[in-house]
Amino acid sequence: MEIHLNLNGKPLDAEVRADTLLLDFLRAHGCLSVKRGCETANCGLCTVLLDGTPVLSCSLLAARVDGRCVQTLEGLQEEAGGFVTFIADQGAEQCGFCNPGFVMNTIALLREYPDPTDDQIRAYLAGNLCRCSGYEGQLRGIRAYLNHKKAEEAQ
Amino acid sequence: MLTIDQYVRAESLEQAYELCQKRNHVVLGGMLWLKMQDRKVGTAIDLCGLGLDRITETERAFELGAMVPLRALETHEGLNAMTRGAFARSVEHIVGVQFRNCATVGGSVFGRFGFSDVLTLLLALDARVVLQGAGELSLEEFCARPPFRDILVRVIVPKGAEGTVYLSQRNSATDFPVLTCAIARREGAFRFAIGARPGRARVYLDEKGLLSGRITRDSALAMGEDLSRRVPMGDNLRAGAEYRTKICQALVRRGLLKLEEAR
Repeated sequence: MEIHLNLNGKPLDAEVRADTLLLDFLRAHGCLSVKRGCETANCGLCTVLLDGTPVLSCSLLAARVDGRCVQTLEGLQEEAGGFVTFIADQGAEQCGFCNPGFVMNTIALLREYPDPTDDQIRAYLAGNLCRCSGYEGQLRGIRAYLNHKKAEEAQ
Repeated sequence: MLTIDQYVRAESLEQAYELCQKRNHVVLGGMLWLKMQDRKVGTAIDLCGLGLDRITETERAFELGAMVPLRALETHEGLNAMTRGAFARSVEHIVGVQFRNCATVGGSVFGRFGFSDVLTLLLALDARVVLQGAGELSLEEFCARPPFRDILVRVIVPKGAEGTVYLSQRNSATDFPVLTCAIARREGAFRFAIGARPGRARVYLDEKGLLSGRITRDSALAMGEDLSRRVPMGDNLRAGAEYRTKICQALVRRGLLKLEEAR
């Protein structure tokens, strides 16, 4: 079947099978930031934005995104660039495999809660698993970014 | 592995209902559970184009479309004001935000999964379901029926509960619950739903009048003890029946005291 979508700001027409998962579709179309992790909808590695909402591409049919807008990290480099260095500075990126999913969900978090509390950050990112860092580094990184942003805005 | 031969985005509820009568045709919810199955699906019927992803408020109820994501239950101001946050409490431990953006009310309710947090709360709130074929019936009656082929259109959550509380016990954050407990008070009467027994949630009332008058530490304890004797529990990987029985007593007692505190 044929689907039409907007992928990272560009219109795309493609032929898919009825059971093609969005994860496979995106990787086949060059979006290699979208990682295959648990494939049981638990790890958050495959997070993408569907019409701006974070979803798990491992559990979504490509056919379902017909007529909709999909964003991956490839299309959100600038928005991610604002905070990823703060996360890296805290040593929160070790193997880095979970990083694209974390970054995508952090983008969604900061759009929904521009000034989140630590509890809101923890709750929002609970669906992103990291086996290296213990999560405190990511939290410190996001907090450092928010503090930096506030200081900039105050000037 | 899940395979699907054909995908149909339904253009009407009538079409979806007709299509779902065939044995290897499946109605898609959030697809999170379906995708885990080793199954060959002939036709996947998608309701995503039918406008069922909205929560609407009427004078007497909130109506939840079958395709409303669980995340919307968590963030909806009206639902959470009515239940003092019980809707948010009932879904906040389910994996993560991305998962809850995919999982749907219809998938959770129609599947009548034993582990369903949402089903437990909706049962306590005496919700009703509207099905394309079978029409409107109470959620409790729907849950008691054996599986049948139909389309869940919406869930009606009546207003008027004077207090609602939702509690669950989990072995670890974001895991399936070991036990779920929801309590709603309406016109002075209490309605309890206990789920993840690990069977599907069931409704219980205060048949002995243990809470007549008011909730006290003693009456809450007595109600907890009563329900822990009445609710049938089972074993699974997460917990044994004996442990669940103890947890049931504690959750009911705590839930009742929480209800009283919030008055």
